[in-house]
Amino acid sequence: MTENYKMRVSHLNFYYGKAQALHDISLNIKKSQVTALIGPSGCGKSTFLRCLNRMNDLIPSGRVEGEIIFDDFDINAPSVDVVMLRRRVGMVFQKPNPFPKNIFENVAYGLRVNGVKDKAFIESRVEESLKKAALWDEIRDRLHESALGLSGGQQQRLCIARALAVEPEIVLMDEPASALDPIATQKIEDLIGELKENYTIIIVTHNMQQAARVSDMTAFFYMGKLIELDETDTLFTRPRLKQTEDYITGRFG
Amino acid sequence: MEEKKIFELSFEKALCRRKRVQKILFMLFRIAALINCAALFLIVAFIFMKGWKAITWEFLTQSPLEMMTKGGILPCIVGTLFLGIGAIVVALPIGVASAIYLNEYARPGKLLRLIRLGISNLAGVPSVVFGLFGLAFFVIWLKMGVSIIAGVLTLASLTLPVIIGSTEEALKSVPNTYREASLALGATRWQTIYRVVVPAALPGILTGAILGLSRAAGETAPIMFTAAVFYTPNIPASPFDKIMALPYHIYVLATAGTNIEATRPLQYGTALVLITLVLGMNLAAIVWRSKLRKKMK
Repeated sequence: MTENYKMRVSHLNFYYGKAQALHDISLNIKKSQVTALIGPSGCGKSTFLRCLNRMNDLIPSGRVEGEIIFDDFDINAPSVDVVMLRRRVGMVFQKPNPFPKNIFENVAYGLRVNGVKDKAFIESRVEESLKKAALWDEIRDRLHESALGLSGGQQQRLCIARALAVEPEIVLMDEPASALDPIATQKIEDLIGELKENYTIIIVTHNMQQAARVSDMTAFFYMGKLIELDETDTLFTRPRLKQTEDYITGRFG
Repeated sequence: MEEKKIFELSFEKALCRRKRVQKILFMLFRIAALINCAALFLIVAFIFMKGWKAITWEFLTQSPLEMMTKGGILPCIVGTLFLGIGAIVVALPIGVASAIYLNEYARPGKLLRLIRLGISNLAGVPSVVFGLFGLAFFVIWLKMGVSIIAGVLTLASLTLPVIIGSTEEALKSVPNTYREASLALGATRWQTIYRVVVPAALPGILTGAILGLSRAAGETAPIMFTAAVFYTPNIPASPFDKIMALPYHIYVLATAGTNIEATRPLQYGTALVLITLVLGMNLAAIVWRSKLRKKMK
């Protein structure tokens, strides 16, 4: 069976000025699966994630080499429109970052900037996205209250709903639960499990139990290099490399 | 045992001293802060005591009479409103646009440093130099003559750095996470700026606009060669008319009137009107800003 890859990264290097942050990363992302990126702080996993929707374009001294093939095109090719790319590759950030607008407008924002004007469509899409993010029942009566009044966990689910509203194919998550309490974390993890049917998810996490719980594939990064990539069950029970084993058993990092 | 006691004793002594130092310093800081309030209070109180008797209905609604020793100051009030508001209408869009360019678009480099250097030096130029510049550039070279429009443009040049500075501060205080969230949803940089960044920075931008407006309304030197005249009984009808203005009127009455001593009450009355106008505008802006802030939360 030929593997169904959503994204194929090969020989990716990334530099902050002269400092090289990623070294020759090659990694394929399977469709409708959750891929977890683990590794100690500063190992390059967040930098890698931000290469995938070209968020690193914002870094003036940043430079990228290598290929990132999304479906059938290289996302760094000059012909690729970064705005279109980011619509299709959504992102959820480490700290919940809803806009200082009401709940409805937060979710509708992505639709509006992408040119959707139809009111009924926006309304139904907002509802649908909030339901997908398991937030609808909690906030259905206060759609027009400020998003900043929600709890941290609710805010993060709102950010997930906001990302889903523009129908991305891939959702990148940068430690989405690291600022949340255990119950809110549990909800986010359950959500990831539900979402993977329809979306391809790549999640950076510091929490190894979390990687083990939510992901199908796990990639271990260290010092800007991809050390080991395997199915999550295999990587956590029978890692091939000593370095990986040391990290997941807590001997360093 | 002995050593421990020595340590504790010196610790106790030092603690007392540290607390005393803190107490004295905070007292000094408090006094410094109070001096501020006192200065404002004294100025307002002094002007009010000296000027309130001059304030009558006629004073606010009539033109000056009898070589400006009697009558009112309506043309000056209207002139100052025109100049102040005109300066903001011109300077606010240019200033906000510049600040957006500098803070959101421009790549750091030599050019950016040069522009910033220019702006901060512009802020330091004495206002009388702006007046001379306005005279040479707008009045003479662009042939606008001594007119409202020349005065407005001169005052706008003067308020630009104030507006750029405060707008940049306001934009800087918008968390980067807002920008990232917007861009990650497929918004363009411009959509991000006008839908997320500028609304979040609006209270700060407003503060800058009001500071600029107050400053423009109160300046004398920039308008004395470019817009204001000694006396004109008419309310201006076109932007090319000359006008009277409150600060210049005070200056004229206090230095060049026919009977300086006799017009003292009028001078203070005019100053009272000016200060009320400026403080009133500040107050309105503060109320508006706090409403905006509440709306965002």
